[in-house]
Amino acid sequence: MSAILRLESLSKQFVKDDVGIVALRDLTLGIEEAGFVTVLGRSGCGKSTMLNLLAGLIPPSSGTVTYRGEPILRPRPEIGYLTQSDTLMPWRDVRRNIEMPMEIKGVPAPRRRERAAELVERVGLQGFERHYPRELSGGMRRRVSLARMLVGDPETLLLDEPFGALDAQLRTDLQAELLRLWEGSGQTVVFVTHDIEEALLLGDRVVVLGRLGRVVLDRKTDIPRPRAADEMRVDPGFVALHKEMTAALAEGARS
Amino acid sequence: MSSAPPDTAAPAAETVPIERTWWDRRGGTVTVALTRLALVAVLLSVWEWSAERWFDITFTSRPSAIWARLLEWHRDGVLWANTWVTLEEIVLGFVLGSAAGALAGFLLASAPRVYRVLDPFIMALYSIPKVALAPLFIVWFGIGTNMKVLLAAATVFFLVFLNTAAGVREVDRGLIDAVRLMGGTKRDIAMKVILPSSMTGMLTGLKVAVPYALIGAVIGELVASNRGLGYLINDAAANFDTAGVFATLVVLSVIAALLNLVVGLFDRWVGRWKPLEART
Repeated sequence: MSAILRLESLSKQFVKDDVGIVALRDLTLGIEEAGFVTVLGRSGCGKSTMLNLLAGLIPPSSGTVTYRGEPILRPRPEIGYLTQSDTLMPWRDVRRNIEMPMEIKGVPAPRRRERAAELVERVGLQGFERHYPRELSGGMRRRVSLARMLVGDPETLLLDEPFGALDAQLRTDLQAELLRLWEGSGQTVVFVTHDIEEALLLGDRVVVLGRLGRVVLDRKTDIPRPRAADEMRVDPGFVALHKEMTAALAEGARS
Repeated sequence: MSSAPPDTAAPAAETVPIERTWWDRRGGTVTVALTRLALVAVLLSVWEWSAERWFDITFTSRPSAIWARLLEWHRDGVLWANTWVTLEEIVLGFVLGSAAGALAGFLLASAPRVYRVLDPFIMALYSIPKVALAPLFIVWFGIGTNMKVLLAAATVFFLVFLNTAAGVREVDRGLIDAVRLMGGTKRDIAMKVILPSSMTGMLTGLKVAVPYALIGAVIGELVASNRGLGYLINDAAANFDTAGVFATLVVLSVIAALLNLVVGLFDRWVGRWKPLEART
């Protein structure tokens, strides 16, 4: 197993007045290439901090994060990060938002336009190219964010509760879309969620984090793909896994 | 995951034709405009009628006299010559002050440490009544046009500066991080996030600053000049010509309305991405 992302006794604390608030303590984890790992944990267990560190947005207090053996010191274009909240530029329409990463890379305009059109189609937003983010529904904004992340062809995707704020039906749709976009792409995915079902439905491997990012459980799920949510819910194997995860989450909260 | 490929296309917005008459669409705007016209007509009639009956015409003049004075000035060229001088001062002062203010606000707010050091000094300068600077400006720049332009610019500068700086400092961290994630440099962040998002603050500054540009120019003219609308006011008042004073005020309010219109159009164009209810 070759780990593409490696977290080595990673700690992070934030300074507030005269105290350091510990968000993550001594987390060690390896993430293998082309896998779909879901990280499950309650709110405040350091999941988002972990992703911010993996993305290179913030420096660790101690420990290291390496990507293909190189330490991550700043954001890298090979790693795409979809944050919990929308960070679309409100003054750019859909097409120009999707073009933005290419603009920064210096891709010439005709090529940008072409690529953006491709991505718009892939996330199913044809006809909305000239709309501004505020004119779109929450689900559509997520699709735009997803398209913007994918336009840079990242090898690794970090997703932070990307569908948390959406209604159940829309979440199911977008989960399916994400799997469809990922399958066969060879991309590595780290998907953070607090929803057990989502974690099991999407991931090949589930890592349960307890307080301060302590790894409570780390296992492969071996649920065959393609997975159908309705059938999976009644599958005895799934029910057993669900129970195991619930217990792990409870244990993580205790200590 | 599901066996059938999911229907990925977002549903297009469903539209139904609504039959609206011209009045349904424009009625509200037309009513407001007509009411305004009626209000102006009533006020002017009351003024015209009550002058001489209730008030001493020497002090309050009357609309017909003001109109006659405007026509007279128009004929002998006094109106245009002086209006032109003042308009030039206002526009130059406004453009100069707001360009410098926007640039300084953008640069300084991007360097938070420097801003923290300078903040009290800036506020102290801002708090000086700009009228009090007029004598000093006369010493420095003489009593020509420059003095008025700079007086207007000094007032406009601070308003645009403070609002732009506030806009820069309120930029959403998430948007900056988004650009960092795309591999953007500091320059990309400045040009693609901070600049557009500080536009809202800058435009507030521009809107607030319009009347102050007028104040700066006219005060400058009142203090020392031999032409311009401020001079015209002074001259008319000295001759107890209230109709002349009011006629000049009419011209000034027309200039103010035009400037507001230009800034308003610019605001609409820059803020076209904003929800309608957030527009002013």
